[in-house]
Amino acid sequence: MPAPAPAIALPAARVRMKSLLLHPAAKPVVFILSLLPFCWLLYAAITNNLGANPAEALIRSSGDWTLRFLCVVLAVTPLRVITDAPALARFRRMLGLFVYFYVVIHLMSYSWFDMGFDLPDITKDIIKRPFILVGFSAFVLLTPLALTSFNRAIKALGAKRWQTLHKLVYGVAGLATLHFFWMRAGKNNFAEVFVYAGILGTLLGWRLVRYVSKKRP
Amino acid sequence: MIIKTHRDGFIHPVASDVTPARVYEGRRDMIKLMATGVAGAAMASWAARDARAQVARPGKLAALSGAKSAIAGAATMEKITDYKDASSYNNFYEFGTDKSDPAKNAHTLKTTPWTVEIEGLVKKPAKYALEDLLKLSAQEERIYRLRCVEGWSMVIPWVGYSLSELIKKVEPLGNAKFVEFVTLADPKTMPFVGSRVLDWPYVEGLRLDEAMNPLTLLSFGMYGEVLPNQSGAPVRLVVPWKYGFKSGKSLVKIRFTDKMPATAWNKAAANEYGFYSNVNPDVDHPRWSQASERRIGDDGLLAKKRKTLIFNGYEAQVGQLYAGMDLKKFY
Repeated sequence: MPAPAPAIALPAARVRMKSLLLHPAAKPVVFILSLLPFCWLLYAAITNNLGANPAEALIRSSGDWTLRFLCVVLAVTPLRVITDAPALARFRRMLGLFVYFYVVIHLMSYSWFDMGFDLPDITKDIIKRPFILVGFSAFVLLTPLALTSFNRAIKALGAKRWQTLHKLVYGVAGLATLHFFWMRAGKNNFAEVFVYAGILGTLLGWRLVRYVSKKRP
Repeated sequence: MIIKTHRDGFIHPVASDVTPARVYEGRRDMIKLMATGVAGAAMASWAARDARAQVARPGKLAALSGAKSAIAGAATMEKITDYKDASSYNNFYEFGTDKSDPAKNAHTLKTTPWTVEIEGLVKKPAKYALEDLLKLSAQEERIYRLRCVEGWSMVIPWVGYSLSELIKKVEPLGNAKFVEFVTLADPKTMPFVGSRVLDWPYVEGLRLDEAMNPLTLLSFGMYGEVLPNQSGAPVRLVVPWKYGFKSGKSLVKIRFTDKMPATAWNKAAANEYGFYSNVNPDVDHPRWSQASERRIGDDGLLAKKRKTLIFNGYEAQVGQLYAGMDLKKFY
């Protein structure tokens, strides 16, 4: 009969994991990894490797990466709690800022490559098209979060108020999903939308369950 | 004097635009190659060029050349889209919803044997084998603008003949008012037939007078070769003044009716895709503007999009079909 996995192996793995997460190189590594999609897009744009419609490719992939980073940053807390790895929290701010980094690229690609930086046209477009309006709202809601991401802002606001403010990200997740859903709605092409909605829904649902169970003693 | 410029949508034709710059610039390289005596293999691409064809053949599929067309509007002088872009950036939902999917997946499409059935309100219903359909009228080259409802455009040298040639042969009855185009829906060879994106088979339709317009093309080839599968092999429709989705691919049935056909995209989203779907910069799609378009491969990433023309620039040829109609209502 094979021996059950030794119980002592788990703490050992956890210790290893912890030292990996706390390693001085951990943050730079995550930073570089998070920057890779951008580097790839930049490289592809310069070398004309974005396919037949480079503007569309840039706008869409920067939007995809915004959604992906939103999933990643919202996964930090559930992962931290479930795996009991407090060290994970170190990465949350940087990952959150990468959400903003990619949404700025997304908005800039749209404004530049699709609208030629024609501000009156962009304004009209945002008002006229619900799916653009929803996406733009998500960007607007993310802006105060990015602006209050440094330590002094947390101090100035007070931890409690800062935390409340940063709960806006849950609303952003909803708006971003709706934006993506609407964009695909014209073609009844929802497979990918459901994947992101499923991931984000699970991550937010986990928080809701935790909140409710915490309230009940 | 009115001076029209590129900025207000006037496209000044220059004859040299027809030959892609890459091709004529390539001649010098060819001469150099010959001089150094390594031209043997490179000569193959010269052999692939057909004397009659106005564009260089990509050399991928069987040749199908067309003679110069005498029809007005049959050959725009604009720069032709690269074959690579035209054959890799496609909407053909039977093979996937991403624009790179059809080129990857359409190799499974079986185009021989192929028949096209003509039925409904005609004096001579018939079942044409592709070989007979190919010979029904002389093949012509038509260099058309293609404007997709999504806001991009291409310039494609099609090979085919006016659909009216076929219509005249089958003799529509007096009560035939519309033509319905049914395309192949074979779940065995088309992996996405059965997905719930659209109601299959993909059906499109035209008014009979639209179908009779000489610009309406029954196409069998492009770039001097037979159609690649992802572009609707072996036979498709090309209606250059309407959004691309009106031009059904891989046709199997043409039916003459007295009622307006229920078309695929109209059934899926009637408020977004009307039966007419004429290219019109003044009638926006509910989710985006149709006032401008991005010319694939031509306009660089930083170039401004070009203005979309009413009826895709074919107003002189087709405008009279819609005289007195409210195009905002009949979109």
